[in-house]
Amino acid sequence: MAYSDKVIDHYNNPRNVGQMDKASSEVGTGLVGAPECGDVMRLQIRVNPETNVIEDAKFKTFGCGSAIASSSLATEWVKGKTIDEALAISNTDIVKELALPPVKIHCSVLAEDAIRAAIGDWKKKNSVAEPAAVAVAH
Amino acid sequence: MSNDMSNNGVVISESTKPLPAGVTLPIYMDNHATTQMDPRVLDAMMPYFGKVFGNAASRNHSFGWEAEQAVEKAREQIAKLIGATAKEIIFTSGATESNNLAIKGIAEMYRERGNHIITQVTEHKAVLDTCKKLEKQGYRVTYLPVQADGLVDIEDLKHAIDDKTILVSLMYANNEIGVIQPIAEIGKLCHEKGVIFHTDGVQAVGKIPVDVQKDNIDVLSLSGHKIYGPKGVGALYVRRRNPRVQISEQINGGGHERGMRSGTLNVPGIVGLGKACEIAGEEMEAESKRLIELRDYLKAKFEKALDYVHVNGNMDHHLPGNLNMSFVYVEGESLLMGINDIAVSSGSACTSATLEPSYVLKALGLGDDVAHSSIRFGLGRFNTKAEVDYVSDKLIDVVSKLRELSPLYEMVKEGIDLTKIEWAAH
Repeated sequence: MAYSDKVIDHYNNPRNVGQMDKASSEVGTGLVGAPECGDVMRLQIRVNPETNVIEDAKFKTFGCGSAIASSSLATEWVKGKTIDEALAISNTDIVKELALPPVKIHCSVLAEDAIRAAIGDWKKKNSVAEPAAVAVAH
Repeated sequence: MSNDMSNNGVVISESTKPLPAGVTLPIYMDNHATTQMDPRVLDAMMPYFGKVFGNAASRNHSFGWEAEQAVEKAREQIAKLIGATAKEIIFTSGATESNNLAIKGIAEMYRERGNHIITQVTEHKAVLDTCKKLEKQGYRVTYLPVQADGLVDIEDLKHAIDDKTILVSLMYANNEIGVIQPIAEIGKLCHEKGVIFHTDGVQAVGKIPVDVQKDNIDVLSLSGHKIYGPKGVGALYVRRRNPRVQISEQINGGGHERGMRSGTLNVPGIVGLGKACEIAGEEMEAESKRLIELRDYLKAKFEKALDYVHVNGNMDHHLPGNLNMSFVYVEGESLLMGINDIAVSSGSACTSATLEPSYVLKALGLGDDVAHSSIRFGLGRFNTKAEVDYVSDKLIDVVSKLRELSPLYEMVKEGIDLTKIEWAAH
């Protein structure tokens, strides 16, 4: 399969790899996917409690190159955004940016889920009303 | 290249290092898929693309005789490699056709005797899909399971044979995991029960000693391009005595190949297949010894450098050039992406059109996650130690880096039991 240059770039130089302290109240963690499906993403955000701005983001991903690229891109995009702005990121934006082929669209969906799960976790910790609970592994 | 330096220094694939002596890229290490043609085979074929162009079925001029002579020589060369006689070799377009001809041809010919066929779940699709088609036509097919090491249980086979069984079709050696089935024992059982025994010998012939007499094989499929010969040519061995096996033809025409397979013979291809068999017979002993050494060296390097590696398939009954290994907690396609100057295969779902991981690995009872992490190395005649070193070093490097990226690896290292996690799957 031919990968787009952007997927290859994110794969070769993934941005924001790592982990943050899960226990911190400023940190939201989203863990989505399943090993059996060949995709697991963990995306973490650190949110400034004063401004609700995501100041840092980290990820680790088990998955194909497109899954790695989607989550790497997601960390880049959420940084500097407010919670509400980050929630507006949709998987179709990721598909467009990375030029993902149809068989890889599920990678972008997973990245969107990871953003939402991380934000959901942060909201729960900080008692922000969350209408729909987002599945997070425990 | 990105200027973004916020990647914590993780760089998956670096290609700036100078290549070691004796290595040119890309490296081909996927010899179960196909092989590079041996230059000696090509030399043998060349005249038959040129001046010696006759139709082997032309009986009344020298052009035809010359072609026929070349075909008969190839028949001898193939027969010699597998302990058969020349008259028992039928030429086909390849092993897929051989498997179709064998299974459909026997099913049709022996329909009055019974309608039951036995095969196994790890067969090549050329056998499985053929059997599925026969099921639609009213045949009954038993798909035997395999054990965790890929071997079929002979007791399972014994129990599966009934008075309606006409054919057992079990492969000699598996194309993904390299496991060699107890063929002689299976053949003996089939003969005791009066059942015809067909084996798909594509991966075994020319690689390990195959003898249709000692192995009690009645019908055997083989292919040119898996043994450093040309693509588009194969053969079917059909036993002529003890017992005599009859096959109903699937292609009608001029009655070529004793009526079993009509169609003008592919003379250059057949010459190439014959030559490939001759070379394989002469060099098998030395070649398999060399490949086993390289294979074991490759395996040992991985086991020394990496944790959580898993060998798939029984290593005691194994093809010399095959190594199927799972690099757990790293997904196969992402691994292939990091070694894009090396040709190997993965059992990962992401590398297949169906998004399903390898059915062969699943048949071993491996979890999907282990199947997703598997890489098949197929060492062959033209691979060198320098290449094995390059491939193993590169792979170890990429696996290590992808594990830095893998949340699963991190969790396992922290002592978390991944099976206890409620995964939010799609």
